[in-house]
Amino acid sequence: MKASLYTALKRKIILITLIVSFAPLLILGATIYYQAAQMYRTKVEEQIDYRAKAQAEAVDLFLKERTAILSAMADTHSYQELVDERNLSHLFQVMNLRAGAFVDLGVINNGGQHIAYVGPYDLKGLNYYQQPWFGEVMSKGIYISDVYLGFRAIPHFIIAVRRQEGENSWLLRATIDPDIFGAIVRSAQVGKTGDAFIINGEGLYQTRPRFEGQILSQSGLNPSQFGGRTTVLAMVGSHGKKVYYAGSWLKSDKWLLVISQELTEEMSGLFATRNVVIFLITLGAIGIILTTIFTTRLAVNRLKDADEKMNALNVQLMQSDKLAAIGKMATGVAHEINNPLAVILQRTGWMQDLLEKEEFQKSESFGEYQTSIRKIEEHVERARKVVHNMLGYARKMEPRLEDVDVNATLNQTIDILENFARINNIDIQTDLKPDLPIIAGDQAQLQQVFLNLISNAIDAIGKEGTIAIQSLRSNDEIHISISDNGPGIPEELQTKVFDPFFTTKQSGKGTGLGLWISYSIIEKMGGTITLNSKPGAGTAFTVKIPVVVPEKK
Amino acid sequence: MDDFRALIVDDEKEFRETLVSRLQKRNIDTTCVASGEEALKLMKAKLFDVVVLDIKMPGGMDGIEALREMKHIQPLAEVILLTGHASVETSIEGMKLGAFDYLLKPVRLEELLAKMAQAFEKKNVHDQKIRAARIKELMRFPGRVLEEEKDKGK
Repeated sequence: MKASLYTALKRKIILITLIVSFAPLLILGATIYYQAAQMYRTKVEEQIDYRAKAQAEAVDLFLKERTAILSAMADTHSYQELVDERNLSHLFQVMNLRAGAFVDLGVINNGGQHIAYVGPYDLKGLNYYQQPWFGEVMSKGIYISDVYLGFRAIPHFIIAVRRQEGENSWLLRATIDPDIFGAIVRSAQVGKTGDAFIINGEGLYQTRPRFEGQILSQSGLNPSQFGGRTTVLAMVGSHGKKVYYAGSWLKSDKWLLVISQELTEEMSGLFATRNVVIFLITLGAIGIILTTIFTTRLAVNRLKDADEKMNALNVQLMQSDKLAAIGKMATGVAHEINNPLAVILQRTGWMQDLLEKEEFQKSESFGEYQTSIRKIEEHVERARKVVHNMLGYARKMEPRLEDVDVNATLNQTIDILENFARINNIDIQTDLKPDLPIIAGDQAQLQQVFLNLISNAIDAIGKEGTIAIQSLRSNDEIHISISDNGPGIPEELQTKVFDPFFTTKQSGKGTGLGLWISYSIIEKMGGTITLNSKPGAGTAFTVKIPVVVPEKK
Repeated sequence: MDDFRALIVDDEKEFRETLVSRLQKRNIDTTCVASGEEALKLMKAKLFDVVVLDIKMPGGMDGIEALREMKHIQPLAEVILLTGHASVETSIEGMKLGAFDYLLKPVRLEELLAKMAQAFEKKNVHDQKIRAARIKELMRFPGRVLEEEKDKGK
C-alpha cells in the first residue's frame, strides 16, 4: 500500500476511536452534571423554601405574642384604669419589659379619639375615625396594620385590639418598633447576596430591604405570583443574574415574607465541583488522545510491516512457482528440441559427406554449400548449448549430500576469481565468521552459486570497485552476503533478475541463466536468495541456507 | 574398417537412417532397428561389436531394460548410450549396468565415431585376451583341440 493510504488509515482510526471514546464520556459527564445541578437546584429551592416558611412562622409568632399581650392588657384592665396615663405608662413599661418592641401605647375610644397616649410622639387628641383600620378593628376586634406613615410621618405599623365593656367599646393600640421588627426579618439573610423582607399585597416593602428600595417603596415583585403557603420563584434580577425568591404568606395572608438569594452564590459549591470535573475530564481527554495516537501509529506501522513482509513473501512464492512451472516445461520442451536437432545435425553431416563427391566439388556453389552447412551446424550447436544449460539444472536430480564447509567453499571460489578481479582493480574484502557449522549439501552446486554471484558482482562493477563478502550464523541458518558498490539494479527490474534468460548484458555475453540456476539450487537446499539494491549505491545478494547437520557416517 | 559391426537402436526413423548411411559411407558395417525388442531379437541371431542405444524411447521397452538384456545376450558387445534429454541419471544407472559411456543428443558424428572407436578398442583388447587365453589352453592341452573347435564355431 502506498504511504498515503497508511496515513489515511491512521487518521480514520484515530478519529473514530476519539469520537467513540469522547462521545459517551461527554454525554455521561454532561448528563451527570445536569442531574447533579438539578438536584442541587432542588436542594437550594427546598432550603430557601424552608427558610422562608420558618422565618414567616417566626414573624407570625412575633405578631401573635404582641397581639396576645396587648389583648391580655386590654382584657384585664378597665377603660377607666387605662385612661389614667400613669397606669398606661406602667403598663407600657411592663409590656416592653416582658415582650418588647413597642414604641408607644394608646387608648382610643369608640369615636376614634386618642384619649390616652404613652410614647414619643405627639398623638394625643388625634382622631382616627376616618382611618380605614379604625373600622376594621371595631368590627373584627383585632387588627394589625400594614406599614404606613400616619400622623408621625414615619413608617410604622400598629396592632390594635378592641375591648367591649358592657355597651362601651374602646381600643388599645400600640405601635411596633420598625427597627426591631425589621431586624427580626433581616436575620433570615444569608450570604453576600441574600435578602429577607416583607411586602404587602400590593408589593410595597414593609421592611427595609438590604440592597435596593426603602420601606413603602415598590418592590417590583408581584405578590400574586406567590401562591399557596410558600412558593419559590426563579427570576432574572435587574443586574442580569438569576435570583431565587421564596415567598411565604403570613399575618392571615396579608404579608409576604420574601427571602431572596442569588443563584450563583448558592450554587458556588456546584460550580467548584463542575470546574474540577472539567479539569479532570480535560486531563483524561489529553491522555486518551495521546494514547490513541500512539497506539494507532504503532498498530498501523505493524500492519505496514506485516504487509511488506507478506508482499515480499508473495514475490518469493511467485518466483518459486514460476521456476517450478518452467522446470516442468523445460524437460519436455528440451526433449522435443533435442531430437529434431539431432536429426538436423545428421542431415548436415550427410550433406557434408555427399559434398566430398567430385562432381559437387567442381560446382560454383561448392563454397556456399560448405559455408551454409557449417553455419547450420554452428547454430545447432548454439541451440544445443542453450537447451543443455537450461536442462542441466531444471532436472529433478537430487543434490549430492556431502560435508560442506561454507567458508572454505567461499574462499575457493574467491581464489578462482581473484586474478580476474585484480586485473579490473576490484578489491574483494571478506568477513567470514569462523566456526560456521559444517552442513550437509552439494559442495559443487554451492560453489556454483557463489561463483555466479561473485562474477555477477565483478561484471556489475566493471572496473574499480569493492566487493564485500560476509558470512555468519544466525540462529539455525547460515547467511552469506555478497555486495558490490556497482551501479545497482533499478527497482522495476529487481523482480526479474531471477527469471531465466534475463540478462542486461549484450547478447552472447551472458546466458541469463546464472541467477535462475542459483536460485533453484539454493531453494532445493531449503534456503533463499534475496536481493537488496539501490541504483547508484550498489547491490547486495544475501544467501540464507538452513543448517543441516550431516549424518554421522 | 573390417570386423566392426555396429548396431543403431533409435526410434527416430530419420535419425537412425541418416546415421546408418553416414557410417556405411565410412565403411562401417551398420545395422539399425527401431526399438529395444527388435534389437534383442537381432542380437540373439547376430554378433555385434558396438551398440548405439537411445535410452529414452517412448512406448515398449525401456532403454535400461534393453541394456540389461543385451548384457545377458552379448556381454562383450559394448553399448554406447545416447540420451536426448535430461536423463543423465539414467545414463549413470546404465553405466553401472555395464554401458561403455553415454553421449548427449544432438551429437556430432565425429564424437560418436571417436566413442565407437574407443568402445571397439576395448572390445578388441578383450577379444585378444580371450584368444590368448584359449591359445594357452590349447598349447597346454593339445588333446582338447576338438572340443575347442566346437566352441570356436559359435
